[in-house]
Amino acid sequence: MTIVNAVLQGIFLGAFYAVLACGLSIMFGVMRIINLAHGDLAVLGAYATFVIVEQTGASALIAFVVSLPLMIVLGYVLQLTVLERSLKAGILTPLLATFGLSIVVQNLLQLAFSPDVRSLGGSAGTITTASWQVTSGLSVSALGLLVLLVAVLLFGGLQLFLSRTRVGWMMRATAEDADAAELVGIDSRAVYARATALAVATAALGGLFLGIRSVFDPVSGPTQLIFAFEAVVIGGMGSLRGTLLGGIALGVAQTVGAQIHPQFAVMAGHLLFLAVLIVRFGGARLRLRPV
Amino acid sequence: MSLLLEVSGLDCRYGLLQAVRGVSLEVAGGETVALIGANGAGKTTLLRAVAGAHRPHAGRVIFDRSDITRMPAHERVARGIALVPEGRRLFPSLTVEENLRVAAAGRRGRWNVRTVLEVFPLLQARRHMPAATLSGGEQQAVAIGRALMSNPRLLLLDEVSLGLAPVVVDAVYRSLADVIGEGATVVLVEQDLTRALKVAGRVICMLEGRVVLEGEAASLDRDHVVSAYFGLRRPA
Repeated sequence: MTIVNAVLQGIFLGAFYAVLACGLSIMFGVMRIINLAHGDLAVLGAYATFVIVEQTGASALIAFVVSLPLMIVLGYVLQLTVLERSLKAGILTPLLATFGLSIVVQNLLQLAFSPDVRSLGGSAGTITTASWQVTSGLSVSALGLLVLLVAVLLFGGLQLFLSRTRVGWMMRATAEDADAAELVGIDSRAVYARATALAVATAALGGLFLGIRSVFDPVSGPTQLIFAFEAVVIGGMGSLRGTLLGGIALGVAQTVGAQIHPQFAVMAGHLLFLAVLIVRFGGARLRLRPV
Repeated sequence: MSLLLEVSGLDCRYGLLQAVRGVSLEVAGGETVALIGANGAGKTTLLRAVAGAHRPHAGRVIFDRSDITRMPAHERVARGIALVPEGRRLFPSLTVEENLRVAAAGRRGRWNVRTVLEVFPLLQARRHMPAATLSGGEQQAVAIGRALMSNPRLLLLDEVSLGLAPVVVDAVYRSLADVIGEGATVVLVEQDLTRALKVAGRVICMLEGRVVLEGEAASLDRDHVVSAYFGLRRPA
């Protein structure tokens, strides 16, 4: 029964990783940008929600809804000011730019909020603690279920958006061939800005769940980035559906790994990540060869 | 017919390489102009500069009396310029219909998914299949249809016959004849001289980035065109 419970908890944990990874996957899929500041943007989102909770006493979920438009605007501005310029300078420049952005965000958060650890758990109501005991060894937490539900709705909604709406087609067209997209009348700058806004919004959602599940401080971002990045790679880079499954695979690996030894949890996730890398890019194909 | 496109003193560079050198040309509304020349003559770059995909180093592009030299490509589509790029450049994961509908840029006119499929009936059965699964001829039809979806006033076609079987090229050109018959203004790049002379009213021949010969297709002597094409100096 413990293993069944471990897998179940892993699915809940993995859904959280998938939400965190969603924006990373979008930005890589549409613009081929690996956003090293993604974790920090998630933490920034958590702080934005935290500030609204502090000021108004509202529930964390309400505060998140209020902070969301701010994060969307931030995504737009970020694309049009920083990322767009860096994209013009080649594929490595966005990596450097987002690395710098990550440091800037961490330091600004240190300045504004001190290194103290914060949490949104206390302001999220009973959702934080409620759970159902199914059998003696199997419990379902309300939060885990909520995160899983949100993850499925988020990825399902994005899939529908990309496959059924004209704006979604414009995003895929631009991702596949930005030059040709411009030639059929698509404003690729606007599409990129929308993609980044969407990515930052989902990062903020990941930050909300991070804050409710556990605690965060100004330098929590990079750890979240690693898990998000692993989820994206395990699921296959550029595939949104893969990211959801990749996140869940990572979560399950960690909780099952924790059954072997509590300290083995994170390592089990890393091992899965490495195994996927070796299987996918392993053998002869790993050797560099001229294009 | 009034002047639709006016290119003057256009210079296009790729780093140190100068692909187009001081090209000036005019296209009147309703004309069909064939741009011919050997590989590397600058035809594709010229079309891309007109469409906004390549930023010229010097010179001006004037469309319907307004200067569009610095205008981004997507805004030119809204003004009525559409390019069918070399190599088709479809969006591979989008279906045929999605490829068409994503390109409906707001200009109203006779072209929509239904009318495009009427002109290219071979696409009807492929409508819901990803573009990546199509044959070369089908892909070319989608590429032309996609350009038509914006209801262009000026249609630029870059080597629509490249890599296609002759029988498929015939079919593509038959459909194009319908489009041209509608009174569209067309500039096309074509390697096949005979075909270019047949379909176009006027021919412009480029060599090493310059216009070396220009004239009515009917009045041009074929040998004369060939020597301009290859840059041969004919004995007087």
